[in-house]
Amino acid sequence: MVERYITTTRRIWLYSLAGGLILFLTLPIFLILPMSFSGSSLLHFPPTVWSFRWYVAYFESRSWIAGTVISFEAAFLTVLIATPVGAAAAYGIHRTRGWIADVISGILLAPLFVPVILIGVGIFFVFAPLKLVNSILALALSHSMLAIPFVFVTVLAALKSFDMTQENVARSLGANRLIAFLTVTLPQIRPGIVTGAFLAFITSFDEVIVAMFVTGGANATLPKLMFMEMRDTIDPTIAAISTLLATGAALLLAVSELTKAGLGHSGAASASK
Amino acid sequence: MHVNDHNGEPMTTVMQDPGDRSGDFGSASSPQRQFRWNSDEFASDARREALGNVALTIPALLVVCAMLILPLVWLLTQSFIGENGITLANYRNIFGRPAYLSYLETTFELALTVTLACLVLAIPIAYAVSLVGPRLARLSILLIVLCSLTSILVRTYAWLLLLERRGLINTWLQDLGLVDHPLTLVFNYTGVLVGMVHALLPLMILPIYGALLAVDGNLPKAACSLGASPVRAFWTITFPLALPGVAAGCIMVSVLSLGFFLTPALLGGGQVVVWATAIVSSVENDPVWGAAAAMGILLLVITMTLLAGMKRVLHVNTAIGKKGAH
Repeated sequence: MVERYITTTRRIWLYSLAGGLILFLTLPIFLILPMSFSGSSLLHFPPTVWSFRWYVAYFESRSWIAGTVISFEAAFLTVLIATPVGAAAAYGIHRTRGWIADVISGILLAPLFVPVILIGVGIFFVFAPLKLVNSILALALSHSMLAIPFVFVTVLAALKSFDMTQENVARSLGANRLIAFLTVTLPQIRPGIVTGAFLAFITSFDEVIVAMFVTGGANATLPKLMFMEMRDTIDPTIAAISTLLATGAALLLAVSELTKAGLGHSGAASASK
Repeated sequence: MHVNDHNGEPMTTVMQDPGDRSGDFGSASSPQRQFRWNSDEFASDARREALGNVALTIPALLVVCAMLILPLVWLLTQSFIGENGITLANYRNIFGRPAYLSYLETTFELALTVTLACLVLAIPIAYAVSLVGPRLARLSILLIVLCSLTSILVRTYAWLLLLERRGLINTWLQDLGLVDHPLTLVFNYTGVLVGMVHALLPLMILPIYGALLAVDGNLPKAACSLGASPVRAFWTITFPLALPGVAAGCIMVSVLSLGFFLTPALLGGGQVVVWATAIVSSVENDPVWGAAAAMGILLLVITMTLLAGMKRVLHVNTAIGKKGAH
C-alpha cells in the first residue's frame, strides 16, 4: 500500500533509486539476448549483423550437446534421489521432538553452510583414489547432498502449515500409515515437494564447482564446459547457451508461478556460488 | 513422546475404566491388569513410532554423511599428513608464506566490501518494494528471484561482455568521447567486486524485504504523526524491527563471499587471488594434497567462526530491536 505519510518527492526519489538498482540486477542478463543473435564475433551493441550462427554452433557441437545431456541426466537423478530422501527426512523430523531432531536437522542443513569449494576438494580427495570420480552416480550423489537442504526446508515448511490430525484421523479410521500419508498428507504438502524438486533440479543443473572436480573428459557437464571455455575466450556461443539457460530459468519460474509451487518465495534460497 | 495420541487402534480398549471394579468382569484385578498391559502396549507403540520417524531421516543422513562429512573428515586428516607422517607443517606453511597471507587479506577485504555494498544497495530496493502496491511488488520480486535463479555463469558472462577491454561499456564510453583509452574494468579487483555484488545482492534483498513486510506499517505512521520525519521514522522504527532479516542477509552474503570461487576465477583473470582460487590452484599444481587440505580446513574454521559470531550478534541485535519497539 502507498504510505501517505511519505511525501511524493521523497517517494519518487526512493522508487527511482530502487528501480535503477533492479535494472542493475536484471539488465546485464537481458543484454545477453541480443548479443547471442549477433552475426559477428566482435562485441557490438546492438549487433550490426543478425544471425543464428551461435545457436547453430551450439547445436552442432558434439561436446556442448554431450555436456548438456550429462547435465540433464545428473539433474534428473538428483531430483529422483534428493526429493524422496529429503521429503522423508522432513516428515520424520516434523514428528520428532527434542535434541535428536535438532542434531539431525543440523546435519541435514550443513551443506548450506560449508563452502562448496571445500566440498569439491574433499569429494575429489576421497573418491579419486577409489576411482569413483568421473561417474555420473558420484556426481548425482554429490548434487543430491547439496540439494537435500532445499527439499528438507521446503517440505518442512509445507508440513508446518498442514494439520497433522488429519493423518491421525485417517489412521484411527483404519488406514495404515503409508496409505494415510499417501492419500491424506501427500496431496496437501505437494506444493512444497514440487518446489523442493525444482530447487534440486536447479542446484544440480547449474552446479559448477563439484562438477569441476568430479567429472572430466566425456563426462564433463554443461556448466563445467562453459566455465572452462570462459576462462580462455569470450566465445559468443556462450551467449547463445546463456540465453537458453536464462529462458529455461524464466520458464521454470513461470511454471511455478502458475502452479503456485511458490518458487518465487523460496527460490532465492538456491544460492549461486 | 507426543505420539501416544496418534495411535488409532488400541483407543477402544483404553476406554474401559480401570477403576471399575464392580463390572461384569468377575475378578477385580482383571481390568486393572488389562489396563497396565494397554499402557505397556502404548509405550512400545510410541517407541516404535518414534523410532520409525527417526528412521525416515536415515537415507538423507547417509547421503550427507557420505558426500559431506566423510570428505571433510578426510580433508582434516590429510591436512596433518606431510612427507614424514603426522605434522603441522601444512599449517605452518600457510602462515609462513607472505603470499598466502595476502590471499587471506584479499579474501577478507573482498568479503567485507561485498557484504557492505550489498547491504547498502539492498535496503532501498527492499524498502521501496515493501511500499509499492502488490502487483508492482510481485513483479519486482519475480525479477529479483529470476536473477538469482539464473546460473551464476550466465551472469558472470554478462559482466564479461560489459566490462571487457573491448566490451560494451568501453565501446559506449569511447563512442561518446568520454574516454580516449579503454578503461581496465575487469580482470582486476573492481571487476570481481562488481560481479560478486551482482551475484549476491538478491540474497541480501529477499530476507530484508521479508523482514520489512512483517513490520507493522502503523508504527512508522504513528511516529510521523508525532512529528518524526519519514527518514527518521525509517531509521529509528522500521529498520531496527527489520534487523533479523538484515542480519540473515549479512550472514548469508558474507559466508558465501568468503568461499566464492567462480567470479574471482573468471573476472579476476589471475590478478585477484582469493582463498578459494588459491585452494584450487594448489590442488591442480601441488603433487601432495596436504597444503590444499590445510587451506580448506582453515576456510572451514573461519566460516564456522563467522557463523557462530554472527549468530551471537544477531541474537543481541534482535533483542535490542525488540526492546526498541516496545
